[in-house]
Amino acid sequence: MPYGEKSLLRFAATGSVDDGKSTLIGRLLCETRSIYEDQYAAAERSSLRRGFREVELAYLLDGLAAEREQGITIDVAHRYFETPGRKFIIMDTPGHVQYTRNMVTGASRADCALILIDARNGVLTQSKRHGFIISLLQIPHLVVVVNKMDLVDYAEDVYARIVMAYQDYSQKLDIHDIVFIPVSALKGDNVVEKSENMPWYDGPSLLHCLENIHVAADRNLVDFRFPVQYVIRPHQDFRGFAGKIVSGTIAPGEEVVVLPSGKVSTIKSVTTYDGELQEAFAPQSVVLTLNDDIDVSRGDMLVRKKNLPQAETRLDAVICWMDEGASSMSTAYIMKHTTRHVRAYIRKIIYKVDVDTLHRMQADTFSLNEIGRVEMATAAPVFFDPYKINRATGSFILIDPLTNNTVAAGMIRGVPRNIRDVRGDGAGTKGVVLKSPNAVWTGWNIPREAREERNGHRAAVLWLTGYSGSGKSTIARLLEKRLFAAGCRTMLLDGDHIRHGLCGDLGFSERDRQENIRRAGEAAKLFFETGDIVICTFISPFIRDRQFVRGLFPEKRFFEIHVRCDLETCIRRDPHGLYSKALAGEIAEFTGIDSPYEEPPDPEIVVETDLHSAEQIVGILLQRLVEEDIIGRDV
Amino acid sequence: MNSYRLSYLQNLESESIHIIREVVAEFKNPVMLYSVGKDSSVMVRLAQKAFYPGRFPFPLMHIDTGYKFPEMYAFREEFCRRIGAELIVERNEHWIAQGCHPLDTGVDKCCSYLKTGALLDAIRKHGFDAAFGGARREEEKSRAKERVFSLRDAFGQWEPKHQRPELWDLYNTRINEGETVRVFPLSNWTEQDIWEYIKQERIPVVPIYYACEREVVVRNGILIPLAACSAGNHGAGTDVAAEKVERVTCRFRSLGCIPCTGAIPSTATTIDEIISEVRAAKKSERENRVIDLTGDSSMEQKKREGYF
Repeated sequence: MPYGEKSLLRFAATGSVDDGKSTLIGRLLCETRSIYEDQYAAAERSSLRRGFREVELAYLLDGLAAEREQGITIDVAHRYFETPGRKFIIMDTPGHVQYTRNMVTGASRADCALILIDARNGVLTQSKRHGFIISLLQIPHLVVVVNKMDLVDYAEDVYARIVMAYQDYSQKLDIHDIVFIPVSALKGDNVVEKSENMPWYDGPSLLHCLENIHVAADRNLVDFRFPVQYVIRPHQDFRGFAGKIVSGTIAPGEEVVVLPSGKVSTIKSVTTYDGELQEAFAPQSVVLTLNDDIDVSRGDMLVRKKNLPQAETRLDAVICWMDEGASSMSTAYIMKHTTRHVRAYIRKIIYKVDVDTLHRMQADTFSLNEIGRVEMATAAPVFFDPYKINRATGSFILIDPLTNNTVAAGMIRGVPRNIRDVRGDGAGTKGVVLKSPNAVWTGWNIPREAREERNGHRAAVLWLTGYSGSGKSTIARLLEKRLFAAGCRTMLLDGDHIRHGLCGDLGFSERDRQENIRRAGEAAKLFFETGDIVICTFISPFIRDRQFVRGLFPEKRFFEIHVRCDLETCIRRDPHGLYSKALAGEIAEFTGIDSPYEEPPDPEIVVETDLHSAEQIVGILLQRLVEEDIIGRDV
Repeated sequence: MNSYRLSYLQNLESESIHIIREVVAEFKNPVMLYSVGKDSSVMVRLAQKAFYPGRFPFPLMHIDTGYKFPEMYAFREEFCRRIGAELIVERNEHWIAQGCHPLDTGVDKCCSYLKTGALLDAIRKHGFDAAFGGARREEEKSRAKERVFSLRDAFGQWEPKHQRPELWDLYNTRINEGETVRVFPLSNWTEQDIWEYIKQERIPVVPIYYACEREVVVRNGILIPLAACSAGNHGAGTDVAAEKVERVTCRFRSLGCIPCTGAIPSTATTIDEIISEVRAAKKSERENRVIDLTGDSSMEQKKREGYF
């Protein structure tokens, strides 16, 4: 295989010196001819000086003077070796001192993890801890190496007991691919070549296993995410956005949305030093240019219009604390997420995990090497996917604003939920589960076109979104009256009305809001099919919910109208006194107060109620309906 | 249908470009340390790629001890002229004037004055807050422990026991007043990767990497070119006349200062031959560097003091 074509496997090796990790890695390196004579000689000198009779393989690996003096491994070391088909990077992580911090560091980029177990000792707490961290970091493949088989006479039953014990334990973890291999690192059994000492074992040798782990499938090539790193502007005629495609693929001509501005454009080119690409994919570093001259800067993210990440200021996350100082609820940490920095508080510690027993405990702070689940609050929305789906957009680090130390690693699970959110079966808009699979769709009895012809105008949906108090209802009521007076068939669906009937069973959690919008959208769809002009007024703060509704209607018939108004003005207007209640803490998760409003990235119409009167705005809307051929000019 | 496969070298390239861009986006005044060697040549090409079609927005800086090979100086000028890079050359003139030489002053001290000292002075003088270096983890065991973003205190010192955790590719770029970072975009490259990339990208390198017949003397098993014995007209205590001068076909596997860089016997005159030689090598590429052999922890010690 040509050198450049080789694939790459990054694996984390965990375990302590006692498990024979150094011996195992030393053997892998020696047998793949990756240790040089002069390095070996240096290790030999160190070994003799410290009174060992044989070369201590650990000296090949322990790079720091303090490590050699104390006979311990302090920090993650990187090793490199290759076989004819693959290059390997080993993240060699120490097992005992500060193991969490080091293991998380070493394993965060791994495709695969190796856990060593001493056959004489069986499954110890430490091996469980390692498994827990691997599951937490969602490392896709785990190889459990049962070492020192020579010291238990290569006995199958010893090996089988360890496999069973570890399998029992790992059922509680989120690990999908576990392979067990019995080896003797010292004697070389099953490390590179299959051993004749264990005829009962019919699996591959360790090296063979590592060479054949299929890693390409672990990449996310579905969700295009491009965090902008840097804007390249060498001259007037070129403005490109440099960054790494962290997931998904992209090609010239494809439509993209810029977050957070919501501006839409299409890809003009995928530029690289080696020429323009017809298609690019994760994890390539490229420069993208757009067909429109829109404002994009570092920290923005390019995504597809129909595949958006979540945008939230509240996150449910698991964090590993890595600093000597304890965590604090009153510190505004700096969260680095993709290429952005946002201020973030730990708002609540949901629980701390005892990594030895996996028990969950209550806690007020985290100290070094502790792991737990928290609720984070950020000063600006974070564009994320759950870590399980996308490592790159689901991970973050926390930096202490005073010391600038990296104090924590975080993995986002989603948005925080409380009991109200999960009660009942409330199907969300995302992946609506059809609970009546036997209802067969046969099409409408009388086609909409026939109804439209009789009505003398076309059907349409005008979806007004915006803060409470922005003026949606005022506009909607006036507009409907004008349309009705002109002989149009209309229907007005108002958030408050719907909540009194159709959605009377729903609250205001994110999940309930999602369901509320889904039902409203489906209701609008029924009126639409009767040929009505349906006017809907819903705060509908989340992009993906509105996106869902949009998807119910044909193109050019759905008008997303962003009723824009300064939040301050809305709070001042406060038509139903809701803001004052929210500010007083009587209503939770109120949009604009403690729940975000995601501005529409690409609305059909934007109207500003603090600049124009309702009359003027209705005039604008009617004009637009004429232009779009929904109603005739005489209306 | 695209296969969406990235080769090993493409993976490394993308990772390095990401690192270089991250530094430029987040630091005020970065610089790229340019040592004229093969790794520097590769690192510069990656910088060109990272900002194409623009130019990389930082200068190159060569810390010159005055003991480099003449071919290196010639190459440096031509290379920088051709790519249109801004080149800063910094020398510790004080110690050069004092006649600092490895054979008189001692290898460690000489390095400390002419390289580490000059580097720290230059970083202060220009107010650089981040410096790219071409070091690779594979080169040496203490480098294997270093982060991609390596924090240095106000004295340029590395504290190996208290390195910041480095997670995913989320690099912490925040530093306190007076601190700087050394950034190593080639951390995960091996010597073989470097040569394969030089071949793939047709990157120019200093000609003395290729073998030819040279006059050398053999000291401690290291082939020292005859030219080195008179470099700077120093080297008291060595009597060249008493040593046997041999003509050996050899090349330089890594480049440093003339007095401290030995050649290795080799007949490799093309990149392909170098690649086969590297692949079959039984010794590490720093085998011919006197600097690494002065103690078990010599590199770690130098790094702690502020060396690359």
